[in-house]
Amino acid sequence: MAISTTRAPSTESKTPFFGSKSRDKLIAWLWIGPAVAFVVVFLLYPVFDTLRTSFLNFDSSQFVGLDNFRHIFTDRSMLIVLRNNLLWLALGTALTVALGLLIAVLVDRVRIESFAKAAIFIPMAISFVGAGVIWKFVYDYAASGQQIGLFNAIVTRFGFAPQAWLVNGGNNIALIVVYVWMWTGFCMVILSAALKGVPTDILEAARVDGASEVAIFFRIIVPMISPTIAVVATTMIINLLKIFDVVYVMTGGNYNTNVIAVEFYNQLLNFNDNGISSALAVVLLLAIVPVMIFNIRRFRAQEATR
Amino acid sequence: MADVRFQHVYKRYGENAPVITDLNLEIEDHEFLVLVGPSGCGKSTALRMIAGLEDISEGELFIGERIVNDVAPKDRDIAMVFQNYALYPHMTVFDNMAFALKLRHTPAEEVGQRVERAAQMLGITPYLKRKPRELSGGQRQRVALGRALVRDPQVFLLDEPLSNLDAKLRVQTRAEISRLHQATGTTFVYVTHDQVEAMTMGDRIAVLNAGLIQQLGTPQDLYDNPSNLFVAGFIGSPSMDFFEVKLHRKGDGHAEIIIGQGDEQQRLTLTGHAADVATGQAPGAGDTSDGRPLIVGIRPEDFTLNGASGGDGQTISGVVDVVEHLGNEQLVYVRLPGAYVPEAAETKGSTARLGPSEKVSPGDRISLHVDTSRLHFFDPSTTKSLV
Repeated sequence: MAISTTRAPSTESKTPFFGSKSRDKLIAWLWIGPAVAFVVVFLLYPVFDTLRTSFLNFDSSQFVGLDNFRHIFTDRSMLIVLRNNLLWLALGTALTVALGLLIAVLVDRVRIESFAKAAIFIPMAISFVGAGVIWKFVYDYAASGQQIGLFNAIVTRFGFAPQAWLVNGGNNIALIVVYVWMWTGFCMVILSAALKGVPTDILEAARVDGASEVAIFFRIIVPMISPTIAVVATTMIINLLKIFDVVYVMTGGNYNTNVIAVEFYNQLLNFNDNGISSALAVVLLLAIVPVMIFNIRRFRAQEATR
Repeated sequence: MADVRFQHVYKRYGENAPVITDLNLEIEDHEFLVLVGPSGCGKSTALRMIAGLEDISEGELFIGERIVNDVAPKDRDIAMVFQNYALYPHMTVFDNMAFALKLRHTPAEEVGQRVERAAQMLGITPYLKRKPRELSGGQRQRVALGRALVRDPQVFLLDEPLSNLDAKLRVQTRAEISRLHQATGTTFVYVTHDQVEAMTMGDRIAVLNAGLIQQLGTPQDLYDNPSNLFVAGFIGSPSMDFFEVKLHRKGDGHAEIIIGQGDEQQRLTLTGHAADVATGQAPGAGDTSDGRPLIVGIRPEDFTLNGASGGDGQTISGVVDVVEHLGNEQLVYVRLPGAYVPEAAETKGSTARLGPSEKVSPGDRISLHVDTSRLHFFDPSTTKSLV
């Protein structure tokens, strides 16, 4: 703009200098160009190439149509993978959000609030791999000799037989517990901030209106912080759809604990099957996209009401 | 419908001095009682005690015949209007008003009727389906009133409900709340820091300061016979003017007061009731010996402009500082000798309320005629009024 005004004589200043509009456009493109290039090279191209590969065979030499997807949705071991992922999704989200909310409400009423919050939040600072190793010790099972696992130490102390927690039925839940241990703190911190945003006088008004504490929680607090609950829940859903580390470190996907991301990793790097692994990636993408869209829509709706 | 009684009520936070000290107050059934005082005087705490939102450290609180110290807010059958409205933001206006009824499992049909009726009284029927954020401040305030109204409670508590409204709306809503009180006949307890609201709305007013009731009475009683310096300075706008004076008893049985010192000294001869008080002829007047220091209060409307410059013992003179024209009157700020400014007074210095046609400009030296029968006397050490 500065260029056109300095060059154009004052009498012509109202009509745009020749080409100044296209010049503006050019400058705009120059500014956003690098970002667009990054998105294309590192996001769009991989997405479309993965999509393409998912319709090809294991070494991408032959078009196989939907065969890879058919395999994913019919093969017995693949169905277990999908079932496990759904279990993770349902239990993981429900437990982290519910426990996070419960703890947020409870710590709000105690004096050691910041200490309690820190203690519950700390596992977030541990890497998934580290957490996996810690919990492997907790769940450790020795076929013979002394039990060094925390749980088995407790169980045998009370005279029961030691359990192979990560092998027996219910081992998926044992893994989900690790994730819940790590992420409840995150949910709690965010929900706690939202709780503090609920004005005291509204709670008092409800109390005077005759609401019990339970009614206040479910009819006032939860609806008022529902946007935050939705954010936390969708963050958990996206995390859980992609769950990899905990399973990979603790069971490697064995004993019926496999999930999509681990299976994808195995198919790609151990079995060298580009087709199946790409198809798994596409399935994961398709599962996550609606959640993202929901999140973005809700965010926009919220912005619009401001 | 019920009366509310405080009996020797204290409120303490930890080891600190009590916020409310030995509060004894009987709010009668159907009464509109205003608790007024500066911020931090304990008026809101007292109201919140009635609501059950604040524990009572000591003493007893009755609603009707029941001691409610340990009764939960929801079981007290009271309704409260909050300063910031405290509407439920996720509910429509209808649901906001219906919430309390629904919690009591009132049949849906009756809920509808009661909300409808309250909405009609307050003129908010068109907004019943809206959310609070879509309403203006005044409309929100009505919804807050409506929410209390549908409950048909024993006692209506209002905590500075007008303080977030603009001046015009405040005057309108003030009248509306008075009308509401007349229509419902319920006991109203109203907290405000604004003495104009207190004067215009209350059947009786309790003036609080530092956790103590300074005076309880009708608005006129408080205005005419303030019991101490605090009430005298707090009630009335502009505030009463105060002067540090010395009482001088003349040989002929008359008395005068000496305002200011040295060259600035001016004298006012006392007449009427004021003379009786100053000479100890009124009951309860206390020490009225010669030369005794007193604080004298003069209401701004008890001054009139006097062309002559004193000498008759009924005028004092000073230099005009600022003149405020209000159309129907003018407020003239005058520098007078011996002026005394108590902490509660809203105006500093002395104010005279003069007719709109008087020609006064800043810098003028004017003499003001004082209605010496209407003077108020206070003891400088106890700040109590000499009756």
